[in-house]
Amino acid sequence: MTDPTPHPTSSERPAPGFRGDAHTRRGGGGGDGPRDDGPGGGGPGGGGPILEVVDLVRSFRRPRTSLFRSPGAVEALRGVSLEVRAGQRFGIVGESGSGKSTLLRLMAALDQPTSGTVSFRGRTVSGVPERRLGFLRDDLQVVFQDPMGSLDPRMRVADIITEPLVAQGHGDRDARLAELLDAVGLPDGAGRRWPHQFSGGQRQRIAIARALSTRPRVLLADEPVSALDVSVRAQILNLLADLVDAYDLTLVFVSHDLTVVRHLCDTIAVMRAGEVVETGPTAAVADDPQHPYTRQLLGAVPTLQGALAGRDAATLARRARADDPEEPS
Amino acid sequence: MTAGDEDRLVVDGLDVRVGPVGLLHDVGFRLRAGERVGLIGESGSGKSLTALAIMGLLPEGLAASGHVGLAGTDGNLLAAGDARMADLRGRRVSMVFQEPMTALNPLMKAGDQVAEVLAIHARRGGSGGSGRDRDRRALDLLDAVRMHEPDLVRRRYPHQLSGGQRQRVMLAMALANEPDVLICDEPTTALDVTVQAQMLDLIVEGARERDASLLFITHDLAVVATVCDRVLVMYGGRIVEAGPVQQLFTAPRHPYTRGLVASSDLDAVDAAGRLPTIPGVVPAAGTFPSGCVFRTRCERATDACAEPPPWTGQPDDGHACIHPYDDAPATP
Repeated sequence: MTDPTPHPTSSERPAPGFRGDAHTRRGGGGGDGPRDDGPGGGGPGGGGPILEVVDLVRSFRRPRTSLFRSPGAVEALRGVSLEVRAGQRFGIVGESGSGKSTLLRLMAALDQPTSGTVSFRGRTVSGVPERRLGFLRDDLQVVFQDPMGSLDPRMRVADIITEPLVAQGHGDRDARLAELLDAVGLPDGAGRRWPHQFSGGQRQRIAIARALSTRPRVLLADEPVSALDVSVRAQILNLLADLVDAYDLTLVFVSHDLTVVRHLCDTIAVMRAGEVVETGPTAAVADDPQHPYTRQLLGAVPTLQGALAGRDAATLARRARADDPEEPS
Repeated sequence: MTAGDEDRLVVDGLDVRVGPVGLLHDVGFRLRAGERVGLIGESGSGKSLTALAIMGLLPEGLAASGHVGLAGTDGNLLAAGDARMADLRGRRVSMVFQEPMTALNPLMKAGDQVAEVLAIHARRGGSGGSGRDRDRRALDLLDAVRMHEPDLVRRRYPHQLSGGQRQRVMLAMALANEPDVLICDEPTTALDVTVQAQMLDLIVEGARERDASLLFITHDLAVVATVCDRVLVMYGGRIVEAGPVQQLFTAPRHPYTRGLVASSDLDAVDAAGRLPTIPGVVPAAGTFPSGCVFRTRCERATDACAEPPPWTGQPDDGHACIHPYDDAPATP
């Protein structure tokens, strides 16, 4: 990276005090008034929820199919309540249509709920106009599944990564860029190149670097490894774990793959048809599932050890079929 | 290689090039009757290209050389003309693609698409019943892939179907003419786990009932181990290791296979909770090193790896590495 500034483009990991420093630095700006350090303020160990969802409902209207009948509605979320505490690695598992991505979009205030509330560090974010969400945009960032769809193909990587900083008026973007590229394991020269010149795993690193640019407290990740090969998946999962540790991030990780969530997260919520059917510490949910649907999900996942021990496709199918809406037994 | 009695598909010395750039190098394997063989490797390793070359569906500008032989047909499929390949495709060799939304015709109802596969080959073969017979047969096929409410589904367009339903339609089409060889290219990658489990069962059952040979392409090792008897590992357009599932996954000999197996086990973490990985990234097509294609990412590589490693062992059970592991990996 050519860095004309005299600032040390440090590759060092931020010290534990980093969070506080960054935080105070931002405190004066923004025009949002004083930062609300109410319930759930503080960093890890602060106690209260950093992200709280209460009785969240989101319904989408179906497209009209008849002139005379009003179109029906799809209830993507039907009364979801959950709490994410600071420092948690919170996994949300479910299949397509379970409402997990809708929930994540609502948490990030990218969509508005039909009813119910989402609050971030004690401040309500649902129903709040975008211009008053500056505090959320700084502190909560999202990484999406498809790194090709979420990176503008006509922007250089440097601009993609530092764009959130422009919007928020942060200075010294070159130094921050070098730091971010290093943190996500991309070469120095990556900033001058275009997204299409990178592989899927590297593009996901770019998306992660962009999400980290504003020094967020919370990282939401929507199926960030689903499109990746196993060896690249392992690299990105390690990277996420490293970054969560280094930056004291709270991670909300959405995936259809219970084994990935089990590996990365300390808490799991299992969703089905717009509802949370089971939630609890990873060890409890994954090793001793109480809800039949959780058991079904676990049973359907092929594993190398299981297969080598003789679990064939017919066995998997039987375990998955127990209560499948598409496959009544 | 010469085709034995049991061999359904024999691929020998298959090279695919685009201009001066080689994409596949000396790919060779055979499928015996009723055998289920997995082809694994990361994106860009040449798995799909191998399938497309066999099917005669290589994109414009790509040239294949070598030999692909199919039991019961004479000569080299690579040299066969379009008309001959069109006759074989869907009848003797058929394929299920990863993206059913792009592989299905968006303007045709699901049942009509299955019936069309029957009609095309009935016309060529001169046999087969009336249109009504074919519609009935299409319904049977949808029923055979355990489609819920097949009579409803056959009158729907692809966009009205779920991912799992579309993939079932694809499988019904692929199995319609009782093929000898079924090639599945990442057929369940886009599906939910519970739907995937059903689909894998259907593929295995569908192939078994017809005594068809299965070539199953995926990057998911657990899926391959669930479905297949034998595995081929590809990297950089070459097969780097081959062997029975049990042996290949418990005692991989090639460092690349070992890396793949290690990184796919999410329970195998080090003290810091990190997963083992293969260092570096898969090079772009045409930028693989000379000699052993894996040597730039291999911890065992030496100067000797600059020479292409010879194949060691049997065609069905061997590897291309001069520094192979000869033990099972330590359990973490």
